[in-house]
Amino acid sequence: MAHSLVSAPNLSRFASYLVFGAGALMSLVLWAFAEDQTMTVHAMLFLAFFLAAIYWVAGRQGRPPVAQEVDGKPNYNEAVVKAGVIATVVWGLVGFSVGVVIAWQLAFPALNFDTSFINFGRLRPVHTSAVIFAFGGNALIATSLYCVQRTNRTRLFGDGLAWFVFWGYQLFIVLAATSYLMGATQGREYAEPEWHVDLWLTLVWVCYLLVFLGTLIKRKESHIYVANWFYLAFIVTIAMLHLGNNMAVPVSLFSSKSVSLFSGVQDAMIQWWYGHNAVGFFLTAGFLGMMYYFVPKRAERPVYSYRLSIIHFWALIFLYIWAGPHHLHYTALPDWAQTLGMFFSIMLWMPSWGGMINGLMTLAGAWDKLRTDPVIRMLIVSVAFYGMSTFEGPVMSIKQVNSLSHYTDWTVGHVHSGALGWVGFVSFGAVYCLVPWLWKRREMFSKRLIEWHFWIATAGILLYITAMWVSGIMQGLMWRAHDELGFLQYSFVETVEAMHPYYVIRALGGVLYLTGAGIMAYNVYMTIRGREAATQAAPKAVPAE
Amino acid sequence: MASTPKLSHEPFEKRSILLLVGILIVVAIGGIVEIVPLFLVQSTIEKVQGMRPYTPLELAGRNIYLREGCYNCHSQMVRSLRSEVERYGHYSLAAESMYDHPFQWGSKRTGPDLARLGGKYSDDWHRIHMANPRAIVPESIMPGYPFLVETKLDYDNIDKVMIANRRAGVPYTDAQIANAHADLRAQASADGGDLAERYNKATARDWDGKPDQITELDALIAYMQMLGTLVDFESYDVDASDNRR
Repeated sequence: MAHSLVSAPNLSRFASYLVFGAGALMSLVLWAFAEDQTMTVHAMLFLAFFLAAIYWVAGRQGRPPVAQEVDGKPNYNEAVVKAGVIATVVWGLVGFSVGVVIAWQLAFPALNFDTSFINFGRLRPVHTSAVIFAFGGNALIATSLYCVQRTNRTRLFGDGLAWFVFWGYQLFIVLAATSYLMGATQGREYAEPEWHVDLWLTLVWVCYLLVFLGTLIKRKESHIYVANWFYLAFIVTIAMLHLGNNMAVPVSLFSSKSVSLFSGVQDAMIQWWYGHNAVGFFLTAGFLGMMYYFVPKRAERPVYSYRLSIIHFWALIFLYIWAGPHHLHYTALPDWAQTLGMFFSIMLWMPSWGGMINGLMTLAGAWDKLRTDPVIRMLIVSVAFYGMSTFEGPVMSIKQVNSLSHYTDWTVGHVHSGALGWVGFVSFGAVYCLVPWLWKRREMFSKRLIEWHFWIATAGILLYITAMWVSGIMQGLMWRAHDELGFLQYSFVETVEAMHPYYVIRALGGVLYLTGAGIMAYNVYMTIRGREAATQAAPKAVPAE
Repeated sequence: MASTPKLSHEPFEKRSILLLVGILIVVAIGGIVEIVPLFLVQSTIEKVQGMRPYTPLELAGRNIYLREGCYNCHSQMVRSLRSEVERYGHYSLAAESMYDHPFQWGSKRTGPDLARLGGKYSDDWHRIHMANPRAIVPESIMPGYPFLVETKLDYDNIDKVMIANRRAGVPYTDAQIANAHADLRAQASADGGDLAERYNKATARDWDGKPDQITELDALIAYMQMLGTLVDFESYDVDASDNRR
C-alpha cells in the first residue's frame, strides 16, 4: 500500500488512460460501423477528443500534484474558469450571429438559398442551442466554478475532472450543432440533440455535479452561501429534466436516429415540463446564482435580505416545475393539467419578484454606483429585465391571454426580453467582473467601451421586444378577426405579410445586440492582452529609477 | 445546538447532501403530479375510429419533416377556439397524435397549422410549393426545398425505424414490418399492391411527378396528404362520457 506505484496520482493517471483508451476504442468501432453521416462525423469527433485527452494526461506525467493551499491561502483553480469565460464570449458571438442570420431569413426568405444545411428549420436550433447551452451554459459553468471556490474558501474538487467537464461540454456543443446542420434531430424544442449526444451530456453533467458538490463538501466555510443553492438546484434539476425528456429508443446502436419513448399528449406534457424548466432552472435559477454572487460583490454591499432569499429559493424551485402546461392551453392536453399549469404560473410571479427585490435592493445605499459604474448598471438592468419578463410570463400564462399570444411573436419577444435582457446582461456583467479579477488587471481595458456596449445592446433589446409585441399582438388579433358577416377576415398569408416591417426591425435590434457583444469581445481581448504589455514595459522602467 | 430555533434553515446550509436531497424532493413533486396521471387516467386519450400507425412511406416523410425542422414554424394542433376551428377544421384530439413519436404539436405559427393539411391542396400544389413557395404564394416567407425532389429517398432502415416505434408502443404487426420495403415502394407507385389491407385509408400514387424514382418529396407529400385525415368524425361522439375531458 505504501509503495509509490499505487500512489493516488499514479492510480488516477492509470484510470484516466483506461477510461480515455476505452473511449477511443469505442469511437473507432462506432466509426467503422456507423450507419449514417452524422454518426460517422461524431465518431471522428469523439475519437479526436479521447486522443487529445490521452495526450493531455501523458503530458502531465511527473508533475507534482497541485497544492491545495499556497502561503496559507486557498490555491484557487482559476485556469478552468478563465477558459470558461473565453468560451462564454466566443459562443456568445456565434449564437448571436446565427440569431441575426435567421432573423434576416424571416424577413427575406431568399437568404435560405434553397439549401438543406442552412435553411431556417436547421439553423434555428443552432441559434437556440448556441445561446442557451453554449453561451449561457459556459457562463454558468465558469461562474459557478468560480463562485463555489471563493464562497467556500477552498480549491475546486477534481483538477482533471474540472477540465473534463469544460472540454466535454464544448464537445457536446459541437456535436449538437453539427447534428442539426446534418439533419439529425429529435424534433423536440431545446432538446434537439439525438440520443448519443444526450448520453454524452449526461456523463459530462454528472462530472459537473461531482466537481461542484465535491467542492461544497470540502469547504472551509461553515455555511453554504445562497448563490450555491441556486447553482446546485440548477445542476440537479437540469439532470432530472434532461433524463426525463430524452427517453428514446435508438433505431440501432450505430444510427443517430431514435424514436421518442412517449407519444402524443404525454410526450407534449413531458416536453413542456422540460421546456419550461429549461427556462426555470437553466435560464433562471442558474443565473440567479450568478446574480447572488456578482451583484453584492460588485456593489460591495451584503445581500438585501437573507430571509427573503430562503423563502424565494424554495418557493421558486417548487413552483416552477408545475408551470409547463401553460404552453399547451386549449390543446388536446386534459383541462385539469392546463388549469394547474396556469395556476402555478401565476403564483410563480411572487418568488420571481422576491429574487428581483433581493437583487435590486442589494444596491440600497449605493445607488450612485448606477451612474459611475457601467458594470453595476448592466447587472441591475438585467435584474430589472428579469422582473419585467417574470411579470409578463404569468400574464401570458392566463388562458384568455394565451389564446391570443400563443403561436405568435409575442412569445418570441417575451423569451428575448428574458434572454437578451436578463441572461445576457447578467452574464456580460459577470464577464466584466471576472476578466480583471482572473487576469489580475486593475480594471477592464476600457470603461467607455462598456458604456457603449450597454447602450447599444439596450437599444437593440428595445427594438427587438417592441417589434415583437406589435407583430405578435397584431397577428394574434388578425387570426381571430371576423368580418361583419361572421367570416374570418384575413387569410393566413395576409398576416404573414403584415409581419414584414417588424421582422426587419427585429433583425436590426439583433444586429445592435451583436455589435455590443463584439465590443465586449474586443474589450476582453485587450484586457487579457494588457498585462503582457505592462510586464514588457516594466523592466525598462526599473533601471531608470 | 439547543439554541437553534425549531424551524431553522441552518441544516440545509451546513449539509450539502441534505441540501441536494431537499432540492430533489421539492422539484420532483410538480412533474409527478402532472405527468403520471396522463398515463393512468383512461380518458386522457379519446376513443376514436380510424387511427392507425403511419405507413412506411408516411413515416419516412415524417422523418424528413423532423429533419428539416418544420416544427419550428408549423404547429400540428388546432386549438378548441372558434377562429381556429373555422380556419383549420375540427380541433385536434389527443388520439390523433397517439402514434406520434415524438409529438409535433409545435409552439409557433410562422406558417399555418398543418394538423389538417391532408387533402387540402393537390399533389401538384405541394410539388410546386415545396420547390419554391413563392411560385404559389408570393408573400410566403417559407424556405424553398427544391433539393427534395432531386434526392432519392433512403429507406434502407425504414423497417428498423418501425421496430423502434413498436418498442415505444406503436402497434405495428409482424406483417407490416415484414412488408415495410414492399409497402413503401407500392405506395409510391400508381399500383398500391395490397397496401390498403395493412393500412386503413392509405392511398398510393406517384406523389412528386417523377414516376421513375422514389424521392424524398414523394415521402413528404404522402405524409402531408394524410395529416389529420384518419379519424372518422362521423362516428365521433363529442358528448360521449368517454370523450369528456
